[in-house]
Amino acid sequence: MLNKAITDLLTKMADDELILGHRNSEWTGLGPVMEEDIAFSSMAQDKIGHSWALFRILEELPEGRPADLNAFCRPEAAFKCCHLVEYPNSGYDFSLMRHFLFDQAEAVRYESLQESSFEPLQQLSKKVKGELKYHTLHANAWILQLSKAGEESYDRMQTALNEIMALAAGIFEPARDYEQALIDEKVYPGEKELYNRWLDRIYPVLVKASLNLPDLNAIAPAYGGRTGQHTPYLGPLLKEMGEVFNLDTAANW
Amino acid sequence: MSLDPRVNRLKLGDPNAVIKVEEGENWNVYEVFHQEKRGAHHEHVGCVHAPDPQLALIFAKEQFARRKKCVNLWVVKSADILAFDVEDEDMFANNLEKTYRDASGFKVMEKINKFKQSSKGTTDVK
Repeated sequence: MLNKAITDLLTKMADDELILGHRNSEWTGLGPVMEEDIAFSSMAQDKIGHSWALFRILEELPEGRPADLNAFCRPEAAFKCCHLVEYPNSGYDFSLMRHFLFDQAEAVRYESLQESSFEPLQQLSKKVKGELKYHTLHANAWILQLSKAGEESYDRMQTALNEIMALAAGIFEPARDYEQALIDEKVYPGEKELYNRWLDRIYPVLVKASLNLPDLNAIAPAYGGRTGQHTPYLGPLLKEMGEVFNLDTAANW
Repeated sequence: MSLDPRVNRLKLGDPNAVIKVEEGENWNVYEVFHQEKRGAHHEHVGCVHAPDPQLALIFAKEQFARRKKCVNLWVVKSADILAFDVEDEDMFANNLEKTYRDASGFKVMEKINKFKQSSKGTTDVK
């Protein structure tokens, strides 16, 4: 039971990192300025690195599959990523706001895992600490910068926040069958607790940026991803991402 | 741990940290100085474009410290650097003739080698 619960947790975390890492990498060469292009691409690479580390932990578990097969050869319905990471990059305002909301959530999650009873996650959380510190510093700076850069810029950031909030709340979709087991075994504090910690983290930044947090009671979190129900955007992404690997899945690289 | 108190340090993770754009200010060029290890000199490695010092530091981190070892960075607005005019290069020209000012003028290597060869030197000095 606990093995299944941990597999579920690792898979959703790995899938979020893999899919958003891929999405963010689509900005490479197209970023607004060269410096930002390099920083954003580099952070996208970090995400792929996090997903690789998580898939490696999965590989070591009973019935674990090789990391590459897990990343490139699973059917869409077996993916457990949230809807937030699947959406295409409509503009840099959207991507930056998603980067801010996701990476703050990621930071909160990994911080909580420093206390995890599951050793491999505890070790990984220490390893990624410095990277996430940089990611959230970068995200906070941009949110503050753009929300204070004139009316049009402010409006675009507020619009992006309004559009993304329900998707971002979907990060914290509880694992129906496993949530309580993971909490009881002190693997992690549970999605509800992480959601509250995340709100505490993003709120002061939004206040500083004079952005209004949408009414949380009025939004319906975009759930479904964790149980394999995805947006129409995931399928094409998976096809493109696995295109080369699937030419010959047994090839040595 | 010795930390230079004259240097301002960016406090990470502080949501109250002020990041502001001056009215009408455009992006500036910032010179980047890279420190390889604690206590080492910061060496000039290049520049970044940024709207303010904080973002310059953020860009500099990925720009200049993602491959090579690094423990800290400085950014300085290029406009804050004072330099001699290119035309005044001649001020430095006659230094070449003043070899007595070179450290090489001091014949210490002989003494060092002599010390190394002595029995005391071979045990204590590599």
